[in-house]
Amino acid sequence: MEFFRFNRDIPFMSWRRQGAVISLITFILSVFFIATKGLNLGVDFTGGTVLEVSYSQTADLGKIRSILVDLEMSDASVQNFGSSREVLIRLPIKPEVSTAQLSEIVLNALKQADSSVEMRRVEFVGPQVGAELLENGALALLFVSLGIVAYLAVRFEWKFGIAGIIANLHDVVIIVGCFAFFQWEFSLTVLAAVLAILGYSVNESVVIFDRIRENFRKHRRASITQVIDNAITQTMSRTIITHGSTQMVVIAMLLFGGEVLYYFSLALTIGILFGIYSSIMVGSSIIMLLGVKREDLVKLEKKPLENDGAVV
Amino acid sequence: MNRYALWKYLIIAVSLLLGLLYTIPNFYGESPAVQISSLRVSANVDTALLQRVEDALKKASIETVGIFLEEGSIKARFTDTDIQIKAKDLLESTLGKEYIVALNLLPNSPQWLTNLGALPMYLGLDLRGGVHFMLEVDMEGALEKSLDRYSADIRSTLRENRIPYTGLEKQDKKLILKFRDTEARTKAEAELKSNYPDLGLIVKEADNRYHLIAAIKPEAQVRMQDSAVMQNITTLRNRVNELGVAEPIIQKAGADRVIVQLPGVQDTAKAKDILGRTATLEIRMVDDEHDLDAAIRGKIPFGTELYEERGGSPILVKKQVLLTGERITDAQPGFDKDNQPAVHINLDSNGSRIFKQLTRENVGRRMAILLIEKNQTEVVTAPVIREEIGGGRVQISGRMTSMEARDVALLLRAGALAAPMDIIEERTVGPSLGADNIARGFNSTLYGFFAVAIFIMIYYTAFGVISVIALSFNLLLLVGLLSIMQATLTLPGMAALALTVGMAIDANVLINERIRDELRAGVSPQLAIHAGYERAFGTILDSNITTLIAGIALFAFGSGPVKGFAVVLCLGILTSVFTATFVSRGMVNLMYGSRRRLDHIPIGKIWIPKHRLASDKAISHEEVEANEDTIASGKVIINEQKKVNIQSEAISPVEKIAETNNIVDDAKIRPDEKAIIKTKSKRKKSDVKQPKQQ
Repeated sequence: MEFFRFNRDIPFMSWRRQGAVISLITFILSVFFIATKGLNLGVDFTGGTVLEVSYSQTADLGKIRSILVDLEMSDASVQNFGSSREVLIRLPIKPEVSTAQLSEIVLNALKQADSSVEMRRVEFVGPQVGAELLENGALALLFVSLGIVAYLAVRFEWKFGIAGIIANLHDVVIIVGCFAFFQWEFSLTVLAAVLAILGYSVNESVVIFDRIRENFRKHRRASITQVIDNAITQTMSRTIITHGSTQMVVIAMLLFGGEVLYYFSLALTIGILFGIYSSIMVGSSIIMLLGVKREDLVKLEKKPLENDGAVV
Repeated sequence: MNRYALWKYLIIAVSLLLGLLYTIPNFYGESPAVQISSLRVSANVDTALLQRVEDALKKASIETVGIFLEEGSIKARFTDTDIQIKAKDLLESTLGKEYIVALNLLPNSPQWLTNLGALPMYLGLDLRGGVHFMLEVDMEGALEKSLDRYSADIRSTLRENRIPYTGLEKQDKKLILKFRDTEARTKAEAELKSNYPDLGLIVKEADNRYHLIAAIKPEAQVRMQDSAVMQNITTLRNRVNELGVAEPIIQKAGADRVIVQLPGVQDTAKAKDILGRTATLEIRMVDDEHDLDAAIRGKIPFGTELYEERGGSPILVKKQVLLTGERITDAQPGFDKDNQPAVHINLDSNGSRIFKQLTRENVGRRMAILLIEKNQTEVVTAPVIREEIGGGRVQISGRMTSMEARDVALLLRAGALAAPMDIIEERTVGPSLGADNIARGFNSTLYGFFAVAIFIMIYYTAFGVISVIALSFNLLLLVGLLSIMQATLTLPGMAALALTVGMAIDANVLINERIRDELRAGVSPQLAIHAGYERAFGTILDSNITTLIAGIALFAFGSGPVKGFAVVLCLGILTSVFTATFVSRGMVNLMYGSRRRLDHIPIGKIWIPKHRLASDKAISHEEVEANEDTIASGKVIINEQKKVNIQSEAISPVEKIAETNNIVDDAKIRPDEKAIIKTKSKRKKSDVKQPKQQ
């Protein structure tokens, strides 16, 4: 079986302009949504308390809200989580209450109203920890980006490093933009997914770059566009199959992973889909834009100098 | 060419065996158990205790599945949690306060596996249920407190030395002493310098007053912080013991933080209460005048309280507090001059002054040191005062073993909690959610694996099967490796496990696609396998290293659950490179490597484009004409659906370019390419003949 039957190379590079327009629009939109709507940061980053409780029958959200209002926590958010029997309660940070005790107070009040309530999860993050986690996340992003640029620059050439990282940061911005647009919760696990995508979708660019280098060696008279088109076309089959396989696993996580892994796998899905696009259209366009040359990759092997060695 | 030396197969076999061996324990599950360990060093856990436990259980007719003594604790397994809880209650009441009786889960893996060190992975709190706390030592508070102590001490020092001063006040973490003249200040400076080496002194003039500013030196602050954290950890450990947790984790995290993890704890309210409680230490006088027996019967004399001394004997103590734990700066076990075990206590200067007076007035009487922890008071020790003690160095000795001395010192230090602590992070997972999370992680991995496996097997047929075997081997090795490392598995870790499956297949796809490419280009099957693996390797390495960079960054900057994700991701990359390149190659070599005539390799039907290598055609415009006839002749041979090894002559453009450039570019062509080119040209003739034979 073979899915991909290309009789001739697909002229990806002739669609560069269109690609650039699409990328720019999605990128600008993402930045726009991140700037205007902001991220719905999870408790990991903002600090606060999250309680997950389950009832033996359908939970009465109104009643839970009124209990919380009685506790003078009217700014708490109450919503179903996964099923109608499970409830997620978010409490913002309150400096005047001994924060770790907050969850106990709420739990006791809920237990008094309905004894079938069962604690599933409590997360409390102090404000200083939240700020730190955010800072560490940003540091990790920076470290990964620099690491990838450096690796690609050493393994290929600096132009490839720049192209690879721009293509991938493009993906990252779009994932984050989607999270901002839909106001999905951006938690620590989502950040892990974003960083994993950064490493993973660089693979894509690496595979194509590898082919480009090989083609430069093989086809000495081909134009740059031909070399790149050929490289992308030849790796197309592998790209789709690999990403398809990864996506299958991610779908399994999306379906069976429960709420904790839901947004994690959602971030991965967006990352994988845009990863395919960006490595084909963005990465390769940028190396063209930076004016890649055959000599950048195919280094002429140094001939031994004639006066090498001892000369009398 | 496609043969492995025996040692390579041996490496594969050994790693398979190890992977299997260390993965197995994870599938045996765990059974409920009760674990008994000693709370105090003096309480021994030995075969005698084992016998006691066995007898107690037999008497109450509670059946155990197994009971044994291991690493200083007794562990008893039960068939279900009901019996487990019953047994815990029973043992708690029979063994008394000296021992911790904790609920635990013990792996069910057979003894021979355990002897080999093959243990199941440690489940994280999100899978097992339990409490995770991060506490922060309030250093600001500790600093304030110690400045307060210093200011009191400095006052008395100045008074003792008759140095006149006009004021002493605390201003943003500094003490400002005011003097009327420089003479007094110089005297004070010299005095303070010799008495308080931890204080940095600065001289300053302001508003016709002569100031001396004293601040705690930075290095002393660091030392204070370290010792405060260590002391807090000791205290926490004591308190956690009280909770009866089987495998608590209490460790220092960063400069001023402590992480406490209590797996399996369900009563989080109690846990928080115990961790957050403040202990105080008090020194009071023992009341020996009144009748102790009457007090035990309920007639407690006015102004006294009845407590229990450690070890259980009752003791009557006066209500008046003479000295509190804040004055104790240190307590260490040691020996007195007769080489008897003793506890050495250091008091600060104010404390030693009070203590001097106290001992002078009460020679021959007993004093009691009480540890008060929320609703619970215990008399740690009640020594007799032999003589007046000055200088702040107190020694308690007699009637104690060195183990007891250690216990007492520990309790004294613990009582004087150095700095208040705040819970700054809490993650509690209920047991039901933990079980759900295991199922979620497991199902994601399982179904994801099946989906990928089925797809790859259909797409690449026999080579697909090899890829899937390599993939399962990868999973096996990964789980085995995590078990050997005794890594903690979390839900994000399980997600990484699933993701590894999805990402590891990439290497196999790269290889298989490369082999197809080679076949398409008309290379013989054996050569195609060789070249496919060879060429894919560089790409596989490149693409995995970038993911590894991301994994390492996640590990370095991530915390808690994210770290777990990173560990599995990084290890998964390493094992997948090993299995995809080395193990799958081994399988291929074993199956096809020894065949002299390999006409066909089952890697799925390969489609050969109608216009062979349109790209090459486009690339070498100049040679198009020259190639027309070759392509034409190739048409005869091209047979789309027939066997893979049917070659098209049309590959020749590439060859020709290569050949024509041979002389000039010899050095630039990689040796393996040259080999292929040569073989290709050799094979050409026979290939042309082949269709006729078929």
